[in-house]
Amino acid sequence: MTTVLLLSPVLVPVLGALVFLLAGWRPATAWLSAASAALVLAAAIGDAVEVATTGSYTALAGLLRVDALSAFMLIVIGAVGLLATAATPAHLATEIRAGRASPRTATRHSLLVQAFLAAMALAVLAADLGVLWIAIEATTIVTAFLVGQRRSRTAVEAAWKYVVICSTGIALALLGTLLLNYAALHSPGASGLDLAGLVAGAHTLDPGVTRIAVALLVIGFGTKAGLAPLHAWLPDAHSQAPAPVSALMSGVLLSVAFYAILRVKTISDLALGTGFARALLVVMALASLLLAASLLLAQRDYKRMLAYSSIEHMGLLALGAAVGSPLAVAAVLLHILGHGLAKAVLFLGAGRVLQTTGTSRIGEVRGLAVRQPLLAGCLGFGVLALIGLPPFSLFASELGIARAGFASGLGWATAVALLLVLVIAAALVTHTSRMLLGAPPEGPGAATAPPRVPATALLAGLVVCAALGVTAAPLNDLLHTAATIVTGAP
Amino acid sequence: MSDGTYVQLLDLACGGLLLTAVLVLWRRELAVIIGVFAAQGIALATLVGVLAAHEGSAEVGGVAVGILVLRAGILPWLLHRALAKAGPARRETRPVVNVAASLLAAALLTLLSYAVSQPLVALEPSTATRAIPVGVTVVLIGFFVLVTRRRALSQLVGFLLMDNGITTVGFLTTAGIGLIVELGVSLDVLLAVLVLRILASRMRETFGDTDLDELRELHD
Repeated sequence: MTTVLLLSPVLVPVLGALVFLLAGWRPATAWLSAASAALVLAAAIGDAVEVATTGSYTALAGLLRVDALSAFMLIVIGAVGLLATAATPAHLATEIRAGRASPRTATRHSLLVQAFLAAMALAVLAADLGVLWIAIEATTIVTAFLVGQRRSRTAVEAAWKYVVICSTGIALALLGTLLLNYAALHSPGASGLDLAGLVAGAHTLDPGVTRIAVALLVIGFGTKAGLAPLHAWLPDAHSQAPAPVSALMSGVLLSVAFYAILRVKTISDLALGTGFARALLVVMALASLLLAASLLLAQRDYKRMLAYSSIEHMGLLALGAAVGSPLAVAAVLLHILGHGLAKAVLFLGAGRVLQTTGTSRIGEVRGLAVRQPLLAGCLGFGVLALIGLPPFSLFASELGIARAGFASGLGWATAVALLLVLVIAAALVTHTSRMLLGAPPEGPGAATAPPRVPATALLAGLVVCAALGVTAAPLNDLLHTAATIVTGAP
Repeated sequence: MSDGTYVQLLDLACGGLLLTAVLVLWRRELAVIIGVFAAQGIALATLVGVLAAHEGSAEVGGVAVGILVLRAGILPWLLHRALAKAGPARRETRPVVNVAASLLAAALLTLLSYAVSQPLVALEPSTATRAIPVGVTVVLIGFFVLVTRRRALSQLVGFLLMDNGITTVGFLTTAGIGLIVELGVSLDVLLAVLVLRILASRMRETFGDTDLDELRELHD
């Protein structure tokens, strides 16, 4: 039973991809993606319950392992995946009606999204750093075609940059993986790349080699997580990908890469002391926040605005991880879930705005609140969630990261970060209010498409995000256990 | 194999790796660059083969054959096919850094990699691990090619050079990291190349060229 629970988050999307390969995208299979994501979420919750009662367990000869941290990340993948795939049928139907896509494109889209979900689930379930690396590289390959789906000049450009930069970053992570393996082979306590084994024997790893390996791994996986300095692919890819794919990439793919950093950090802290990973992460966090703040102030494209906001939130996660206390890590994990939900809602809503208005310019979208009140409301509340206003869960998690930061001697970095977050919040609110408020533009081209908003997905995302902000009680134990895994405490 | 032959063959293979990496920087004809890349694949396969013979490991020997087929055969063949379709654009006309400066940079990168690799050699000084800086140099030169060349195809070769360097370091440090991981890595390289090739041909469809200078519509 436990093996089935452990394997199904990977196998169900693989089966879904096979069905799309054989049957294609048609009315009968349109909701299959959502069903598959729902099954992933159900299996993730099952895994979480199982982990809470029996502790971590493995399958496939120790290649896959689920512990509290993996189970939590699976829940994030399932929840955000469900939101994105539930909005996909409406998105694809509109694209086909507008002549921007064919049923063939829709088939390929659905197939690749299933493969994408499977690769992400494999990444968080991998018991071995090598398998984790392969799964994250696989996500680059499947999403490259999704980013370039529209085949326009900009989409091809974005896809090229995405593959080149992310493959290079991930190649650095591979070098780091090999060096860590080298260090493990020459230490009495650890052997191979098994994550639990590496943690157990971390104190016997050679510090010189481990230091190089950790730096390469953090920068390499940081590329994929959209952390500065190798973030350059992110705004292009997120703004060019179809809306449900942007939602998945921003909502979970970045966090899955960040999960890899958390695993590496645990090993690094035990082998080298907390200072090394902390210094790396603080620099990357502040650089990401500074970059996001400076480029958001004069942003004119709302999809790029959301992309830079993702860089901001990855920066906050890196700051929380740098602080590294159990409270900080629990807040980081809650932030991953809250950001995933809010950002998915916003990208799906933004995709809808793009479909109805035909422009991604902030200045050309006006009076959305009058024309499409439901969509405008979802976007408005989504942005409020994103900037961390209560009752949304990002308020609680940002507060947690800030409190832990001031308590741990990283007060100066936390203060700078909070200042930048304020600037970013002001920029986001200004840009969004320009889109939502004001009189709707006159003339042709204004609000012609039928107002079929994927409202259920958007509202569900916001409600869950708010509910988690009011009380994260169902997740508390899981978050606590996962945080102790990251901090390396028994 | 006697120890003397082992050391000589290993050094020869490492010399081949380093020389081919520098040659990529020197030549501008894309067809020649692909040929040099294939030669590097042979050097890499030789290196792994020598290690396999030294340890008497049949598994590593099999991996060496796989590397030879993939990196000296399939990958160069794919690149040649992409080049054949590319039309008149057969030269790296305007690299960001000119050839003389590139060669100087390669010398500096070699020094740098010997400096940073010191802890790696110190962990277990042996003939194989003393060659690790060569692998690191190839990684750095590949990175340099990646960021200074403008043609999609030469960027691709830069990425593959990085990958050859990483594989070199992998085998010199541990003589293999488990067959599953090695297979996964090769598969990923192959898939990444296929993805990039398809994107390069799409780029030609939409831009009419693979000069990456054309890619400047997306910016802030």
